[in-house]
Amino acid sequence: MITLPDLVETVVKIAFILGLTIGFYAPIIGWIERKQSAVMQDRIGGNRAAILGFTVIGLFHSLADAIKLIFKEDFVPRGAETALHRLAPVISVVPALIAFAVIPFGGTYNLWGHETRLVIADLDVGVLYVFAIASLATYGVVIAGWASNNNWSLLGALRAAAQMFSYEVAMGLTIIGLVMFYQSLSLVEIVDKQENFYHWGIIWHFPAFILFLTCAIAENKRIPFDTPEAESELVAGYFTEYSGMKFIMFWTAEFLEIVTISALCVTLFFGGHQIPFVTVSGLIDFLGFLGPNGANAAAMLIGVAVFIIKLTLLIMLQMSIRWTLPRFRYDQVMKLGWKMILPASLIWIFLVGAGILTGVMPAV
Amino acid sequence: MGVIDDSEQAEAVLSDSVIITQLDKVVAWGRQYSFFLYPFITACCGMEFMSVAGPRYDIDRFGAALPRFSPRQADLLMVVGTISHKQAPILVKVFNQMTEPKWVFAYGACTVSGGMYDNYATVQGIDTLIPVDIYVPGCPPRPEMVLDGLIKLQEQVVKERQTNRVKGIAPVGEADDRIVT
Repeated sequence: MITLPDLVETVVKIAFILGLTIGFYAPIIGWIERKQSAVMQDRIGGNRAAILGFTVIGLFHSLADAIKLIFKEDFVPRGAETALHRLAPVISVVPALIAFAVIPFGGTYNLWGHETRLVIADLDVGVLYVFAIASLATYGVVIAGWASNNNWSLLGALRAAAQMFSYEVAMGLTIIGLVMFYQSLSLVEIVDKQENFYHWGIIWHFPAFILFLTCAIAENKRIPFDTPEAESELVAGYFTEYSGMKFIMFWTAEFLEIVTISALCVTLFFGGHQIPFVTVSGLIDFLGFLGPNGANAAAMLIGVAVFIIKLTLLIMLQMSIRWTLPRFRYDQVMKLGWKMILPASLIWIFLVGAGILTGVMPAV
Repeated sequence: MGVIDDSEQAEAVLSDSVIITQLDKVVAWGRQYSFFLYPFITACCGMEFMSVAGPRYDIDRFGAALPRFSPRQADLLMVVGTISHKQAPILVKVFNQMTEPKWVFAYGACTVSGGMYDNYATVQGIDTLIPVDIYVPGCPPRPEMVLDGLIKLQEQVVKERQTNRVKGIAPVGEADDRIVT
């Protein structure tokens, strides 16, 4: 039975996540990408778009892009499947958003007698849910390629499908060791067990982190794994025939997937909202001078802020990788996935099993 | 005041008091700082184009850095280098495939007038094929000239209205790829 406070709480949390991802991170990542490329290439980057004389270090260029793209001609090519062509960008964006439902962005806080858990849905199979949703994004890409009635789009879509399925296998296997270690598939429980800094995923599962991040970037089809949209081979890949806002929705999906991947990494390897050597109850006790509700509210804000800081740092890491490495050839992508990452993740599962059995790894 | 039946007269009378003119201003502001380029580079001017895009002159400062190699997503067709008659149908096709609003930038003497190639093989100025918005002469033009041309194009874009913006297809060749369902 859902009570009114529960309903309000859920709506507020969903609004917060939507605001954080679409409202904040999507334009900010566009700006970071632009500015980071400029810095890494020793350029200045966009700095002319001004409102009332203020440029805000080029932030308004994202706004200018959005305005222009909304008022750009909406194009459907001849011979395309009109309905599917319109649907495909939506199918790409939605999975990246709803994967956020199981990711905890704070601990449990008692506000005015109401127990608040900062996660939209505490599923006991959260990890499986994320992987299930992530694989849905493939449909958007394949439908976009097929519905466009264009050779390059179709080739890009086929590449994307093969690449995303290949890396999903490896990505799932890299997490098995972590699940064995924490003995849970619930992301909330995994974060709670990282309250002790010495049990953080990154400390005991560093190889798994490297493998997971590699697979996640490959699944997101970003450089160095952007063979599905390789400009020199496929014009613009599966979204060649998309213009204006529909085209930018594929990019928004990419940006949102960066956020989701980073959030998942923070949750699995970097303790989510946890601060090293500080427990949530200890933090609430420390803030006790604010009164019980004030202490809980302050602890909640600190937890969310810590989560967002970790998230942003991981996003910056992914951006640096994107602007550092050149693109793999397509056969190299497949070789890396099947012949290197997959065996490596299997070996890691074996090592974690041996570590737990012999007591080298602590029981959590 | 009487009946207003002419749209230009209506615009003059109503000017800033009606929301559509303000919308025009916002859209023009956005377009001005967000050119996605289609680099149609055929010859030696390409070296200077790299210089314009590179760290020293940095065209990204004006918001015109992102190259889109799909004409559907591009706004500004950068025609850089000599266009031969063999190349002309490709240029027209790319222009026709671009979505509205679109602008054309004639980069270098060859695109402006054929340049020193005054012969049977070269198109004597791309404005014999497609409508051109800004001409930058020079063989090749200095990067400063290109930036100046871009700024002039931005000033022109600000003055444009939604209503008189549509360029349509090129007046030459066939309109094969331009059917909107």
